[in-house]
Amino acid sequence: MLAQSTASEERKFLELKPFSDEMVVSMGPQHPSTHGVLRLELRLDGEIVREAIPHIGYLHRCFEKHAENLSYQQIVPFTDRMDYIAAMNQNWGFCLAVEELMSADPKFAGVPERAEYLRVLAGELNRIASHLLAFGTYGMDIGAFTPFLYAFRDREKILFLFEKLCGARLTYNYIRVGGVSRDLPPGFLDDVREFIDYFEPKIDEYNALLTNNKIFLERTIGVAIMDEAMAISYGATGPNLRGAGRKWDLRKDEPYSIYDRFDFDIPVGEEIPGAGAVLGDCWNRYKVRMDEMKESVKIIRQVLDGGLPDGPIVAAMKAIRPPAGEVFSRSEAPRGELGFYIVSDGSVKPVRLKAKSPCFCALSALQELSRGLMIADIIAIIGSIDIVMGEVDR
Amino acid sequence: MTTQEIFSRLQSKFEDNDISIETEAVLEPFIVVPSSLIALISEHLCRESDLAFDSLQCLSGVDLSASDETMEIVYHLFSMTHQHDLTLKVIVPKVEPHVPTVEHVWKIANWHEREVYDLYGVVFDGHSDLRRILLPDDWEGHPMRKDYKEPEIYRGMKVPY
Repeated sequence: MLAQSTASEERKFLELKPFSDEMVVSMGPQHPSTHGVLRLELRLDGEIVREAIPHIGYLHRCFEKHAENLSYQQIVPFTDRMDYIAAMNQNWGFCLAVEELMSADPKFAGVPERAEYLRVLAGELNRIASHLLAFGTYGMDIGAFTPFLYAFRDREKILFLFEKLCGARLTYNYIRVGGVSRDLPPGFLDDVREFIDYFEPKIDEYNALLTNNKIFLERTIGVAIMDEAMAISYGATGPNLRGAGRKWDLRKDEPYSIYDRFDFDIPVGEEIPGAGAVLGDCWNRYKVRMDEMKESVKIIRQVLDGGLPDGPIVAAMKAIRPPAGEVFSRSEAPRGELGFYIVSDGSVKPVRLKAKSPCFCALSALQELSRGLMIADIIAIIGSIDIVMGEVDR
Repeated sequence: MTTQEIFSRLQSKFEDNDISIETEAVLEPFIVVPSSLIALISEHLCRESDLAFDSLQCLSGVDLSASDETMEIVYHLFSMTHQHDLTLKVIVPKVEPHVPTVEHVWKIANWHEREVYDLYGVVFDGHSDLRRILLPDDWEGHPMRKDYKEPEIYRGMKVPY
């Protein structure tokens, strides 16, 4: 009950005073730094933000309602369009949930070994591509244009690889229920190795370019601190939670697929007293993503070195008809924990499908994070929590 | 802690109430609680140190069929401290559904409840800012209900395509 009374008091406080410096500014829906169509209702006192109220729903495409009228395999392309920056991981998250539901059916043999390796390969490449975009656009939002060009140059190489793999550059529909859609094209693994050999040293270059740049540090260090308790209460996951210092990654803590076979670390935020970096500030949330790219490279290298097992790439099944029941399954997408809640009645279509989007949760913290900061800090916050509106609105 | 143990805990704490457990469910058991108790139970689950369900993973409305007279609200809880999970369900009538808010327990519930209000029309009593979140403010009806009929015209635009 306490939370309510404070909220209503704040509301009174928000009423506009005539002849004061307070004003209401609508930022967006189309604003280059809001990463999609997000509108922020800013209540400003001069340049200080009294309140930033997010208005979402501009990209609402009724994904959940559509899903109730589609078969499970038909839903996969719809998940591509949720977080279109990391579509592989979205496909994967959905397929994991359906497969978990199907595991109650003795006729379902499980995902073949080779498909699991292909999924890890695609998922980690997409994680790098996604973090590259986060890094590039974050720099650009804050006023550094060059990192954006570097990031897109390298992201382009990953998109070329995906185009070879499945024919699409953005919405892949590659990971299907029970496996993947295509086997490797000739020479693909060599291309991947060439890419990671090229890309690994670039990360240090980017750190020199942006991460440790004086102006960038001034804009992000100590700004908008989301500590661990706040992150958990707001359901913020992924780099936003790890930036707050909590070592939590589903790939490690509740391993799904074959992640328990690989050796990698979970980067977390760190306090740097000399520089003023605090756990959970914008810089730490950003830095975790830079470090995660290195870990993804590590995983991909292990896949390449170990070699892929031979065998089928998709489980043999007649129709995808999970038994009646329900499941809530989570996976670690680049932006945090992507959850799918599926209720099945034993038919070919789900009765209810709910996508729990990590961006939706992280964005809900914006109102509290931005209170009392400068208007320019809003841009720094949005970039650091790294949202994709397609996934927020679904 | 398993769902069965948590169920026994809840039963002894909130006696004389019809909290029930469903163990026949295909993958995971869940606990059904009366809607009047959900806020108290949530607080209990979050604050007790050996339960410590500090994270609300997901809050979804579920309408199973157009002919049913009730809907479900499903709470997926997880404890970052103890790494155990729990599913709670609340059954609400389709006519004038009311549920106490859990916003004061988990902050993310604010937006999740707004979404359920928007798409299912469930009113969360005590919510600080209950308004539509995904759909426009002047949209009529709650589209995720199975008996939903989409409007012919919205602001002069033809809706069905």
